[in-house]
Amino acid sequence: MKDSTKFIFRGLVVAVAASVLSFTAQAEESRFSVNNPEPKEGQLIHVPPTMDDLDKSNMHPELKRVIRRGYDLFMNTQQLRGKNVFNNMNCSSCHMGEGRLPFAGPVWPAVVTLPDYRGKNNHVNNLEERIAGCFSFSMNGTPPEYGSDDMLALTAYHQWLAKGVPMYADGKNMYGRGYPRLPEPEKEMDYKRGEQVYKENCVICHAEDGGGLVQNNKVVFPAVWGDNSYNWGAGIVRHYTLASFVKHNMPLGRPNSLTDQQAWDVAYYIDSQERPQEPRYTGDVKETREKYLDTFHKHTNYGVEIEGRLLGDHDNVGSKDFLKPDVLRPRTFTAE
Amino acid sequence: MKKIHRMALTAASLFFAITSAHALEGDAKAGEQAAAVCVACHQPDGSGMNVPGGESWPALAGLDADYLYKQLQDMKAGGKRQSPSMMPFASMLNEQQAKDVAVYYSELPAQGGKFDEGATEEELAHGEKLATLGDWDRYIVPCKTCHGPDNLGVGESFPRLAGQHAGYIADQLKAWQSGKRDNDPQHLMLAIAERLNDEDIRAVSQWLARQPAQ
Repeated sequence: MKDSTKFIFRGLVVAVAASVLSFTAQAEESRFSVNNPEPKEGQLIHVPPTMDDLDKSNMHPELKRVIRRGYDLFMNTQQLRGKNVFNNMNCSSCHMGEGRLPFAGPVWPAVVTLPDYRGKNNHVNNLEERIAGCFSFSMNGTPPEYGSDDMLALTAYHQWLAKGVPMYADGKNMYGRGYPRLPEPEKEMDYKRGEQVYKENCVICHAEDGGGLVQNNKVVFPAVWGDNSYNWGAGIVRHYTLASFVKHNMPLGRPNSLTDQQAWDVAYYIDSQERPQEPRYTGDVKETREKYLDTFHKHTNYGVEIEGRLLGDHDNVGSKDFLKPDVLRPRTFTAE
Repeated sequence: MKKIHRMALTAASLFFAITSAHALEGDAKAGEQAAAVCVACHQPDGSGMNVPGGESWPALAGLDADYLYKQLQDMKAGGKRQSPSMMPFASMLNEQQAKDVAVYYSELPAQGGKFDEGATEEELAHGEKLATLGDWDRYIVPCKTCHGPDNLGVGESFPRLAGQHAGYIADQLKAWQSGKRDNDPQHLMLAIAERLNDEDIRAVSQWLARQPAQ
């Protein structure tokens, strides 16, 4: 068993090395290569299976149906608009390439590293609760119920993508996991420089006002700030998370084309704009910032005065009519 | 709050529709006259022509006016969009006439594209996949991400592809690859065109041409 697992991984390493190679080989003749970092020695490289692989697999047809539903929800989460999603985001807006792409928050690591302790809410989370976090913050909404058809479908799709990765594999040594932190910026992040980067590189899709674009009632480009964007509690309002997302994924199709400094600056600019209230808001932005400072907000501009505005000092929750979904609650694990 | 938000959204989209329709200062009536030099190839109804094995003439009807105007200017200048066949005609139009022609064609109803009847089912399935899902393992972003959910075009930067002639779409992708076309904003298209092979180009252009133009 151990040997066969090793063999599979060796196969995957070869497959990825080949694709990395093809990008490298292409680089000589192409003007815009992908340029993602190369895998480091000993890193776990996982190439998640595709939906074509699912079709060809011998899994039970009913399971395939559930996984396909999960995929459909993941790619078009807007179908839950007004029920679970209250902004213009899809799961795939941040977890790009069907949740499979390295450096774009691939979702398979969550499957094999959870349940785990999570600093953000100070208790052990399983996969459902982790997904619930995305719905509560990044989608400015409320999750499908634990154990519901939609939650089952989403977790099944996540697990499918993790196929073959050993449970509790070393989470610190996975190629392309999350949005790997960029080196600290040489110059301190700057609003004005960030604004310039935004105007030159992002406006074409995300618009001057950050609102993105909705056309014929369909979201074309997601909102990066404002009422239809992620709220003040979303992971991506941390400068280092957005900087890495931008660096490795934007402008779309041209990853790694901005400098690290540009990525930090534009992240700072975007995260210095208003967005729906942090669901954990106590009624006082400075108090809320302080309460979650160490675990979260020391990396954000929430409750900070930027360009003469105290950010997050408002009662605007966007298009939902509640502040905090009921499922966001502490867990006291007593084992009784 | 919910209601107010929806109303604001409707108002905002209405505003967008109005502004986008009047973004370019051109006169369709004057454009119709100036377009006399265009109709031999692009046809009076703007449907263009698919020319298998030759240079296809794009369907212009219903394309975004600002997009059309920019292309005319770029072809006139010649550097970033090299088109030996279009350059003399683009040069015949002064700036106002180019705007008028762009507005004229943008207001004509979009029509379907022409394609190779012999494209196989596998080719079309591959084309559909590239256009709607992409191929992220090769970092090929799906067309619809920028060109809109049904590839019907988004604003002045991302033209409608659905129902455009297959020959023209393929020609342009190859023009990006060879450097004859270099006028896309931020080289968002060039970066992806570079990653396509000949089979991809044929498949995606054949599939897109078969999609409804409105």
